[in-house]
Amino acid sequence: MTMTAMTPAPGLKMPPEGARLFAAPDPSQATHLATYGVIPDVTPAQLLEQVRMSGLTGRGGAGFPTARKLEAVTGRAVVVANGAEGEPASRKDAELLRRAPHLVIDGIEVAARITGAQEAYAYVRAEVVPNLRQALAERRPTVKITVVAATDAFVSGQETAVVSRLNEGPALPRFSRHRIFQRGIGDRPTLVQNVETLAHLGLIARYGGVWFASTGTPDSTGTFLTTVHPVTEPLTTAPTVWEAAHGLSLRQILTPAAGRPVQELQAVLIGGYHGTWVPLPVALDAPLSTAGLEQYGAGLGAGVLIPLASTACGLELTASIVAYLARQSAQQCGPCQFGLPELAQNFTALAAGRVGRGGVDAVRQSAGLVENRGACKHPDGTTRLVRSALRVFEKDVTLHEYGRCLARIGEPYGGAR
Amino acid sequence: MTRALIVDWTACEGRGLCAGLLPEVLTQDKWGYPQNLTPGPILVPDELRGPARQAVRMCPRLALRLESE
Repeated sequence: MTMTAMTPAPGLKMPPEGARLFAAPDPSQATHLATYGVIPDVTPAQLLEQVRMSGLTGRGGAGFPTARKLEAVTGRAVVVANGAEGEPASRKDAELLRRAPHLVIDGIEVAARITGAQEAYAYVRAEVVPNLRQALAERRPTVKITVVAATDAFVSGQETAVVSRLNEGPALPRFSRHRIFQRGIGDRPTLVQNVETLAHLGLIARYGGVWFASTGTPDSTGTFLTTVHPVTEPLTTAPTVWEAAHGLSLRQILTPAAGRPVQELQAVLIGGYHGTWVPLPVALDAPLSTAGLEQYGAGLGAGVLIPLASTACGLELTASIVAYLARQSAQQCGPCQFGLPELAQNFTALAAGRVGRGGVDAVRQSAGLVENRGACKHPDGTTRLVRSALRVFEKDVTLHEYGRCLARIGEPYGGAR
Repeated sequence: MTRALIVDWTACEGRGLCAGLLPEVLTQDKWGYPQNLTPGPILVPDELRGPARQAVRMCPRLALRLESE
């Protein structure tokens, strides 16, 4: 197919306005093509140049520049679409695979073209395997794609765990002296990309990098998927998945979710269980972007937002998350295996107001014992959450050391139990 | 030039040989696992290259290596 600047190639369509990933009203291939058109026939070098211009970064949590990852993988490469979404507070990858599976497949094909890969895997939550299989049956992919159901565990989505599982090993993080982009599946150079990142890639291949960066902020381009939790009974009631433009403020995104005046929120956990607590209402007008969240020591991660009402106890909620994370240790690395349960125990004692003065020092000490001491980022992600809680709920920490609680301060003895 | 001593935490069982050979940089935590005396990566200065290599060679779990060696 040849293209000139004057006559658009048949099948090319104008990019959708507003929602990008969620622009198609149903997941069928016919609707997908009617919404987005076909991917123009351009060279791998041209595709890569568009990705560079787009400023796209990984949407799985780490936020690494996608173009640099694509460049690093050369030779007989393998592409892996990572939709394991082991983060229990996140729903966006499953939602994307339900609503726009063809965009993800497009992205796999584009990534394979750029890297020269002949083979690809889609490692996704078991519940959306049928959605992806049905989409694959509707088309003839340009690269062989094997669908594998992900193991349902927090650490199963870590890159080394994904590669281990696809190498017929356990879905556990692995220590290796080689990087995955050098030696991954079958010892071949391997590109592991989050499914949302790949879906954006499918759109950049159509409309270009300039279009992609036309929304968002200069340092965080484009849109992102976010899983927003309700304020009442967070983590137990189903969250909502939205597509939002980077740069939107916390106020804008939390107002419809909160179900109450946003001034009545005391904090929001950004990025999920390995995320960072950000204080409210001071940060209400912080834009959701790298620069906007930097001053709070936070990053968007995989886009999870868990708001906390001023009537709830942030330390209690954090304690329950830390206890969960300790149970999710793969039990492979000693400091994580023994240190996380101790950290959880110390944090729970603090949150329950059982420890008296010095309780917070015990938490800090056990956090220091696990940092930087594991094959994966599970210990470090857990201490990031813990340290942000001690910072943001500082006043409450002091009250808890005296057996009281800010959320129950109106009760007799300041909520002492 | 200082080099980082890298621990394969999935292999390490906290036998403590490395801490014995490199008391200048390592101790053992309460479970026996090697613990850096200063926060951050385990950095081995030039003059300790010998015992560091010995630790790498003799680790019963082969859990150690020196960066770029």
